[in-house]
Amino acid sequence: MRNPLSKKIVQVKPSGIRKFFDLVSEMDDVISLGVGEPDFDTPWHIRDEGIYSLSKGKTFYTSNTGLKELKQEISKYIKRTINVDYDYNSEVLVTVGGSEAIDIALRAMTDEGDEVLIPQPSYVSYEPCAFLAGAKPVIINLKGENNFKLTPKEILENLTAKTKILILPFPNNPTGAVMDKTDLEAIAKVIIENDLYVISDEIYSELTYSGKHRSIVSIAGMKERTVLINGFSKSFAMTGWRLGYACAPKNILEQMLKIHQYAIMCAPTTSQYAAVEALKNGEKDVEEMRRSYNHRRRFLMNAFKEMNLECFEPFGAFYVFPCIKEFGMTSEEFATRFLTEEKVATVPGTAFGDSGEGYLRISYAYSLETLKIAMGKLKKFVEKLRKEKIK
Amino acid sequence: MREEILSILEKNSKIDLNELAVLLGTTSENVFNEIAAMEKEGVICGYHTLIDWDKISEDKVTALIEVRVTPQRGQGFDTVAERIYNYPEVNSVYLISGGFDLLITLQGKSLKEVSLFVSEKLSALDTVLSTSTHFILKKYKDHGTIMSAKPKDQREVLS
Repeated sequence: MRNPLSKKIVQVKPSGIRKFFDLVSEMDDVISLGVGEPDFDTPWHIRDEGIYSLSKGKTFYTSNTGLKELKQEISKYIKRTINVDYDYNSEVLVTVGGSEAIDIALRAMTDEGDEVLIPQPSYVSYEPCAFLAGAKPVIINLKGENNFKLTPKEILENLTAKTKILILPFPNNPTGAVMDKTDLEAIAKVIIENDLYVISDEIYSELTYSGKHRSIVSIAGMKERTVLINGFSKSFAMTGWRLGYACAPKNILEQMLKIHQYAIMCAPTTSQYAAVEALKNGEKDVEEMRRSYNHRRRFLMNAFKEMNLECFEPFGAFYVFPCIKEFGMTSEEFATRFLTEEKVATVPGTAFGDSGEGYLRISYAYSLETLKIAMGKLKKFVEKLRKEKIK
Repeated sequence: MREEILSILEKNSKIDLNELAVLLGTTSENVFNEIAAMEKEGVICGYHTLIDWDKISEDKVTALIEVRVTPQRGQGFDTVAERIYNYPEVNSVYLISGGFDLLITLQGKSLKEVSLFVSEKLSALDTVLSTSTHFILKKYKDHGTIMSAKPKDQREVLS
């Protein structure tokens, strides 16, 4: 029999989160701080709208680009949040989560050998998607001393004649880092000077704790060279609905649409109706969830301070990224021991790239009660490791 | 900060001052002063515990009573409301719009006890025109809290 597999797909490494997942699944009574999705249920009025659309028999395909009403609401939402105009008719595409948008943007914009700059630690899908699109992923290793922000210098150091795209993953999973206005202006200059394009993954845009989210597309000259990606999963606690969107200049979006049309057809209809309700009437829910995340974020930062665990203060998403270098073990060793000895699951920083070595991703998409118990265990564990070290 | 303190306390009045300060990113002294001020101003009127009495004893009934009254010259509904809310078995008294005037919630040991209160105390007030009593059969949600068991975390352990 011939080998059924493509040489290309075989080369792709399985996700680092997956590996740890298998280990955790075998254990009972584990407290997990490992998820990348909100602990809140989708607000009831949004679910209700989905149910209503089903009961009304709205179960057909929508247009390939998405429901007109939803695209209009997305366009309005972007206008009121970051003050940028997108034509709902030609510059907005509703996708199956932000993930699909990442994939099709990369496939629509790269040719064999084009280089894609990917800052890491970051979400696990950019590198394989770029690779599968035929491009060459070039990793930028973000540094703890910069609080995991991306600097113009780091872009320039990795630039070649073939560099075409920069992935911009802020607010960041797993570090929680955000880029403020000055940070963005500094890199926009380099991007424009070197004629690069940007795929800006802003899926955590509603979850910032030091003022409102800033987008690179608000900077003059950037909208025309950026694919803006966002979605409903994190902001409205709608992960399972699988709904995201991309906003881009017409000439890019038209090509993305071809892939979307042939591979996906359209995003789920029920989810689209629910999402209209989310954008129309969901602002208060977002505000409430953000406030709750912020309480937990402060609680964790304080807990780390009390146990003398180094951690820069992250102002976005729902992750903290403490440094565990003092214990002289790898992230994976630390996370594995923490799991087996204290039954708390976290994700080693290395699951998000080599530059995550020495760090741990802790999600605070959990109730304060759960976080309290887990921090008690972390304290105990950290003290035990420090004693071991002295011996 | 007041509104944020209140929204936390409303859900968990047991929270420790130091913890509250951590959540709000301020000092416990600030939180203490703010709460003390709100108690003094009557913004915070009390600290209660939400109890599902059904789990403890059978002999407790709650009734909602709609009352139509004649407002009194110069005092409106206030005098009659006062006469009603002074009874310790009355939990709450609201003046409301619509087909009747006052809505009362009342707790008693039995249907009989509540009926006696309505017939002998409430209806006997000369300003009360009529009453309509509804007994609560089951409490699904109270003070924003769903009374049934907490659902399990349905998420995958890692993602």
